[in-house]
Amino acid sequence: MSCKSTSTGCKSGAACGCAGSSADATDDVRRDFLRGAAATAVTTIAAGVTLYAFGAEPALARAPGEKVTSKVRWGLLIDASKCGDGCTACVTACQTENGWRDTGHPETDAQWIRKLTVKNPKNGASFSLPMMCQHCADPPCVDVCPTGASFKRADGIVLVNKHTCIGCRYCMMACPYKARSFIHEPLEDQKPHAPRGKGTVESCTLCVHRIDEGRAPACVEACSDTAGGAMLFGDLNDPSSEIAKRVAAYRTTRIRSDLGTDPGVYYRNI
Amino acid sequence: MTVGHMFMRSIIVLAALFAMAALVTPPAPACAAEPGWLPKPSRGQGEKCVADTDWMRRNHMKALNHQRDDTVHDGIRTPRFSLKGCIECHAVKAADGKPVTAASDKHFCRTCHDYAAVRIDCFECHASRLGEKATTGGNTGSARPERTDISVLAQYLRSVGQ
Repeated sequence: MSCKSTSTGCKSGAACGCAGSSADATDDVRRDFLRGAAATAVTTIAAGVTLYAFGAEPALARAPGEKVTSKVRWGLLIDASKCGDGCTACVTACQTENGWRDTGHPETDAQWIRKLTVKNPKNGASFSLPMMCQHCADPPCVDVCPTGASFKRADGIVLVNKHTCIGCRYCMMACPYKARSFIHEPLEDQKPHAPRGKGTVESCTLCVHRIDEGRAPACVEACSDTAGGAMLFGDLNDPSSEIAKRVAAYRTTRIRSDLGTDPGVYYRNI
Repeated sequence: MTVGHMFMRSIIVLAALFAMAALVTPPAPACAAEPGWLPKPSRGQGEKCVADTDWMRRNHMKALNHQRDDTVHDGIRTPRFSLKGCIECHAVKAADGKPVTAASDKHFCRTCHDYAAVRIDCFECHASRLGEKATTGGNTGSARPERTDISVLAQYLRSVGQ
């Protein structure tokens, strides 16, 4: 692991000079920001969501009362060559985080993210990749929704507003990625941060509750913690972000890009 | 009519009034200031509610609906009118020490809604108790973590910069 801010070889996050002290400094600035005391913070409020420079360390922040803006576009870059065959760390993490699970009814069970194995039948070559809502810039699910429940947030996250969803499932038909599920049965003990209920459609939210807190999605965290580190999360609109650099530097694929949906999930090595 | 007659008549009228009052008013519990048939929602844990009690009685649903649209569409997660904030502050503990769910008529929301015969749809999707603190994500309403996890994201950004 290297320290991005200084480009020096800090090997350990805890021992690295750029980690501990600047994290504390980050918190201080954040508190000042919340109090509205720091002059830099005030200019940042006016500018909306901004890539902060806390010392040499960039971090993303938005005050709890501040609206999301289209300055940010969240996206994922998934490297299929690092995605382990049979590894389901991302799926398990998503289930734990958002409270959906298999109930033994594969035809109707909710499925926010799934692992696919793609195989070439002629030569036997195969690879696996996670598939979930691709958070399109032009989402077909939003086009077809009769009530406006299916919508795209300003920062590019495609969501279902379950307060207005009537459960018609038109969006499930429209989605080319088969990313959405319908809840058929009454649920109990949902996660407080992930409301879900019978009669509504749901899909990957890109862990919007975590992003609003300044954290990465659960699948990305799990993949980097325990699995191959195949998933990279970041702001596609920020040219200095790691994801934007890699998307610019490497040949990437977006699934069914021929449909013109402009997905926010990029794949490598597929 | 003599003074004595008037006195006796007023005594009789007063006695009749007291008797009627005793018939109409149900017997109040010994130590309660309010009649027993009124709902008694659990008091919050803090000193006072996020708004005046009278205002909350009439307008809590408007505040919650407004907040819900702000949160879903704009990502605004201020704690003041957060549903999670209400549920956490007004949690009612069951015998096992855990907060009760909306399945129990002791639940804060249900105490009044049962009385007013107004069905709550919120808990068909929303959790009606917070239970254990969210371990892997999500703030817990008013108990928003002091450290807002910027350090976590900073650490993540550092790690992907390898």
